[in-house]
Amino acid sequence: MSHPILDVAGLTVRYPGAAQPAVRGVSFQLGRERLGIVGESGSGKSTVGRALMRLLPGAEVSAERMRFEEVDLTAATERQMLKIRGARMSMILQDPKFSLNPIRRCGLQIEEAYRTHVRSSRAEARARALAMLEAVQIRDPERVYDLYPHEVSGGMGQRVMIAMMLLTDPDLVIADEPTSALDVTVRLQVLKILDDLVREKGIGLIMISHDLNLVRNFCDRVLIMYAGRVVETLAARDLDRAQHPYTRGLLAAQPRIGGKRAPLPVLQREAAWNEDREEMA
Amino acid sequence: MTDTSRARPAPRRRPRPGLIAARNILVYLAKAPTSAFGLLVLALLILAAVFAPLLATHDPYAQNLTTTLQPPGAAHFFGTDELGRDIYSRLLFGARITLTIIFLVTIVVGPIGLLVGTVAGYFGGRTDTVLMRVTDIFLSFPSLILSMAFVAALGPSLNNAIIAISLTAWPPIARLARAETMIFRQADYIAAARLQGASNARIIWRSIVPMCLPSVLIRLTLNMATVILTAAGLGFLGLGAQPPLPEWGAMIATGRRYMIDSWWLVTFPGLAILSVSLAFNLLGDGLRDALDPKQMTRR
Amino acid sequence: MSGGTWSWQRVAGQGGSVFVTLFGLLILTFVIGRIMPVDPVRAIVGEDATREVYEAAYLRLGLDKPMWQQFLFYLRDVATLDFGTSIRTGQPVLDDVKRVLPATIELATFAIVFGAGVGVPLGVLAAVHKDRWPDHLIRVFSLMGHSMPIFWTGMIGLLVFYAGLGWVGGSGRMSQFYIGLVPERTNFLLIDSALAGQWDVFCSAINHILLPASLLGYSSSAYITRMTRSFMLDQLNQEYITTARVKGLSRRQTIWRHAFGNIRVQLVTIVALAYGALLEGAVLIETVFAWPGFGQYLTSNLLIGDMNAVMTCVLIVGLIFITLNLISDLLYRIFDPRTR
Repeated sequence: MSHPILDVAGLTVRYPGAAQPAVRGVSFQLGRERLGIVGESGSGKSTVGRALMRLLPGAEVSAERMRFEEVDLTAATERQMLKIRGARMSMILQDPKFSLNPIRRCGLQIEEAYRTHVRSSRAEARARALAMLEAVQIRDPERVYDLYPHEVSGGMGQRVMIAMMLLTDPDLVIADEPTSALDVTVRLQVLKILDDLVREKGIGLIMISHDLNLVRNFCDRVLIMYAGRVVETLAARDLDRAQHPYTRGLLAAQPRIGGKRAPLPVLQREAAWNEDREEMA
Repeated sequence: MTDTSRARPAPRRRPRPGLIAARNILVYLAKAPTSAFGLLVLALLILAAVFAPLLATHDPYAQNLTTTLQPPGAAHFFGTDELGRDIYSRLLFGARITLTIIFLVTIVVGPIGLLVGTVAGYFGGRTDTVLMRVTDIFLSFPSLILSMAFVAALGPSLNNAIIAISLTAWPPIARLARAETMIFRQADYIAAARLQGASNARIIWRSIVPMCLPSVLIRLTLNMATVILTAAGLGFLGLGAQPPLPEWGAMIATGRRYMIDSWWLVTFPGLAILSVSLAFNLLGDGLRDALDPKQMTRR
Repeated sequence: MSGGTWSWQRVAGQGGSVFVTLFGLLILTFVIGRIMPVDPVRAIVGEDATREVYEAAYLRLGLDKPMWQQFLFYLRDVATLDFGTSIRTGQPVLDDVKRVLPATIELATFAIVFGAGVGVPLGVLAAVHKDRWPDHLIRVFSLMGHSMPIFWTGMIGLLVFYAGLGWVGGSGRMSQFYIGLVPERTNFLLIDSALAGQWDVFCSAINHILLPASLLGYSSSAYITRMTRSFMLDQLNQEYITTARVKGLSRRQTIWRHAFGNIRVQLVTIVALAYGALLEGAVLIETVFAWPGFGQYLTSNLLIGDMNAVMTCVLIVGLIFITLNLISDLLYRIFDPRTR
């Protein structure tokens, strides 16, 4: 990994009024690969994603180092960030029911991402958006273009979201629980579409999820977060050889087809996991 | 000894939870500068009303035709009116009228609104439809205009103004009480009371009304600013308190003729109305924040 | 989904409930009219009429009939738009109302433009800066407008801006000098004077409407500001706002293009309701500014106990209110894609 897209060291985020920082000293690097961040709710994994986009108004963000390609994210001005967000770094949010503007047609919302960054005619932006809708395997792009978000299904809404976020050919995409709001039946399909596009365009992907199996199948590397810190980093294929008791607990708590019928073990937590220790990311 | 004797005093020493909540709310209100200002003004209003005879420098009704339209000064803090009456003293006694209006409207509107709302919400069905239709009809007028119509029918006087305001102020309370009742109606303890053979009237009175009371009281506070402005408006139009009563709105109405040369005649009563209704608005705003669970948990 | 909310059944249901409210309105005005202490016969025939004249008028008004029959007569009168004659002006009440209502509508329209023009941006600003000093400042400013006795503010306004600074015209719709010069076509002074090409009258009218309308607008802006703020806060917490920011839109673009776009429908309904509430302030401010409008007509008839005129006015206010409610409801349905 000679030239990482993203290089983060000692990222700490504290929300106003909170006793404990939501994220504590998180460090990692990202190349042109797919990185999974896994943890339970409240572990700070979503906060990491938003801190990278610098979209945490009010929260206190500090880091020893937070570089995105040649840009120092800790020092970048809001004006610089506007050029980066949506153009070079974008984010896929969880639930299209809430993350799409309810009163604008899907097509216009997709276009907007393009028109914000590229000087272009209406027709050109429209053509781009339609092509992108096709790329996310929507069969009738012209029709979907004119639909309002409440008129499309969850799976289609999330594909609209993907189209919107990949339209500008970013270098990094953060997918924040991209499929957890979807029906189980369309999850894989949507993930496959995202995965294909990411590989094809050579985009760095951060997949934030609470689903170990999903991350194992779609990522190269996995970061395990617990209570605001990274407790373990491993290659996805080595997940079974995890060292940290928390990761092992998570793995043990997964139901398996054909496994034992005994009750799944309850995750035992230890106070020691919260204590400070040197990060070895 | 499994100390029944020692255990008994303990719950008695604990203050009632309602009181704790009231104190917490008060503390919260006093901490926010705007609602603290509201509390302060209302405290001043009550003090002024109670101690009006002590604080007044003159008899509010005493006319003195040798000192008419005196500008504010040492002898008359806020000047005198066209009949030589001391405006400062009249304002103090006017506070009593304002408090009377507030008090009477509250004790009329609260029970009416509660009764209509809880009955409609508890019985539902046709009772609900009829009562809510009546409420809607009252709500389809601006309150001042409906009050004007009532006063016109009853004849202008302070008492009739209070009745008219009460007649127009109960519908929002009824709406609120109904909404609350609809929630409580489903509760298990209501079903338990019914199984024990309690009558409907008893259930409403003993189990539902107490639950609705806090939100109704808050709503009454919020509406009090409107009540005061409506009362002052009626007084101004000559439909409320009649001269020589020192009602603030009526004082402005009589002062209007001398306004160009004697600004103090209208300015001070107006400021009095403004500060009291502002106080209620600020307090209501603070109460809304204090009691909004979303706001409280956010920080 | 789209068929359910916009079906004829629903429209019919709503029409039915409007009808019931209307009927209740009529009962209410009828009852208030009946308990009036003023003797309606005396009011018509005068204090020194002979007994025969009095009796004749008594029978003509149908006061000997039972209550329900009298109510039916009332319904018939209303249905045929016969509201009787005003004692004060000696003209049919309906003609009077047609003459005075435009003055009030003119005033209220200016006021609502001002109120929304100030209230909406302030509400957005307050929401964006929630719990910081602009929010507190705006809250106090709008609560002030909400707490001011409008008749008093009107007087102070006259004292300062007319008597003191001479920036605006004084009482009335135009200078005394111009009264009677404008041919009455619509009774909207601004329209009439413009149609007649009398631009000096037009300017005078503008000059006179500015102060009462802005004060009235200020008092209604409080409500508009508060509602705008809470609508905006709801929207700003939505996830699609994050989406817009992720796309690279600036805060300002996000706020106005996305969040504000989503509250427009709600705002229209709020402004429609605020417009109705303006009538209340209009009654008071018209008295202060000697504005020959609906409010003044109502007040002066009330003070002399002209029952016909008063009850007609109250009925009309009720009708306007119901209509505005209905319109705001319809606008919501029409403009929100989710309810289409």
